[in-house]
Amino acid sequence: MSAAAEAAPRRKPLDIVLDGVAAIGRSAIGMARGVGAVALFAVEGVSHLARPPFYGRLVLRHFIEIAYFSLPVVALTAIFTGMVLALQSYTGFARFNAEGAVANVVVLSITRELGPVLAGLMVAGRIGAAFAAEIGTMRVTDQIDALTTLSTNPQKYLVTPRLLAGTLAMPLLVIVADVLGVMGGWIIGTAKLGFSSLTYLKATMDFLQFSDVMSGLVKAAVFGFIIALMGCWCGYNSRGGAQGVGGATTSAVVTSSILILALDYVLTELFFAR
Amino acid sequence: MSEPKIRIRGLKKNFAGKQVLDGVDIDVPARSSMVILGGSGSGKSVTIKCLLGLITPDAGTIEIDGRNILALPAREREAVNDRIGMLFQNGALFDSLPVWENVCFKLLAQNRITRAKARDKAAEVLAQVGLAASVGDLSPGELSGGMQKRVALARAIAATPDIILFDEPTTGLDPIMGAVIDGLIRDCVQKLGATAVSITHDMASARRIGDEAAMLFKGRIIWNGPAAELGHTGNAMVDQFANGEREGPIQMELRR
Repeated sequence: MSAAAEAAPRRKPLDIVLDGVAAIGRSAIGMARGVGAVALFAVEGVSHLARPPFYGRLVLRHFIEIAYFSLPVVALTAIFTGMVLALQSYTGFARFNAEGAVANVVVLSITRELGPVLAGLMVAGRIGAAFAAEIGTMRVTDQIDALTTLSTNPQKYLVTPRLLAGTLAMPLLVIVADVLGVMGGWIIGTAKLGFSSLTYLKATMDFLQFSDVMSGLVKAAVFGFIIALMGCWCGYNSRGGAQGVGGATTSAVVTSSILILALDYVLTELFFAR
Repeated sequence: MSEPKIRIRGLKKNFAGKQVLDGVDIDVPARSSMVILGGSGSGKSVTIKCLLGLITPDAGTIEIDGRNILALPAREREAVNDRIGMLFQNGALFDSLPVWENVCFKLLAQNRITRAKARDKAAEVLAQVGLAASVGDLSPGELSGGMQKRVALARAIAATPDIILFDEPTTGLDPIMGAVIDGLIRDCVQKLGATAVSITHDMASARRIGDEAAMLFKGRIIWNGPAAELGHTGNAMVDQFANGEREGPIQMELRR
């Protein structure tokens, strides 16, 4: 053993435990600080909705970017999910001689759960990343500072229109996902599982309630807000050059995806489990 | 002696234990062009960002027309900022907007012009920096580095500011384009009757655009005087920097 190692004082077991507790405490404080900062960022972004100037042109641009250009990926995800769901639920229900419930399960699962969640995850990957990359690049190339010098509040100009567009566009995408998801189930039900077209559609419509669709749309609006918020937050706070922007993009997608899944549970518990 | 347009006193800023500004004092006379020199990390950009309100200093005052802008309420501070134009080092043009909208961005934001008239106004300002009106329809990504700098200069002067700040205006440009930009800066400042503050370490540019010069070293002003004296000021550090000499007191100081 070297002389230096011999000279180093031995740490007591209690010190090691306390160091561990301190590290956990520091992480918890850091996390709480981060959540608080994101919440304040969101509040400021939303507060600009009520104060002029209003950037309607930007809201429309971001709305089209989210709603229109995300349509193909959301549509494909929804239609294949509906098809798979019909096949899998048929396999399960056949064991209980309850094959007739396939249409009911497909429509409920799609409208209440899979439509908003899967569309949310797809849009998080597409739009959350795009927002973070665009705003992050603006940060590292001084464009955000330039906005300030040009009599423009950067948060009002960059964040508020995206939050509004995200909140409005996601429900529209989910309506499309709902229709196509049910259509996917209908295709498999009629082409492969032997349902008559009329029976399948009647079972779907009879079982579906307005509250099922609405609950999915409320989730969609919340997810749209979260995706836009995390994209803006991560981009706005990116530092450094290309590496910083890349990190911001990854963070935006990961955090918004985790938040979508966590909030999905919270919203389901809050509104629908009663 | 008349009141300076900009008076900075005792400006200090510390970042994570590093004293970037350590009591900066600068006077900029009205309608003059001041060049702040200094090596990388000497605090030039932080000084200019304090002037713009992008960074809040830890101590000191910044007076514009005799009013300490650091003590002003937010709304009044915004009104002061409305009178300041800024040319960023890399242009900082907005990629998502065409050139004409970049040029008239501040005028549109302040509702001083309608979108219908903004194109004509942009063409007028682009002409001042030697660009054709057709450039207004291009996007910033389609422009060369020199053209981007000119458009950024057009954006900085479009709202006819009282004060214009230039951050490394010739960085990344070839010598000829650098001289062109310096000439445009000189012309614009004189025509507008504005007060200009530039930060640079390009000595040729400093001599061309500056009436006065000051040198920052380790967060302090170590010399100021007429820009024409750069290179033979009698201050060994300034002369070493201005003449681009490899050995001298700056190396000795940085080794400490």
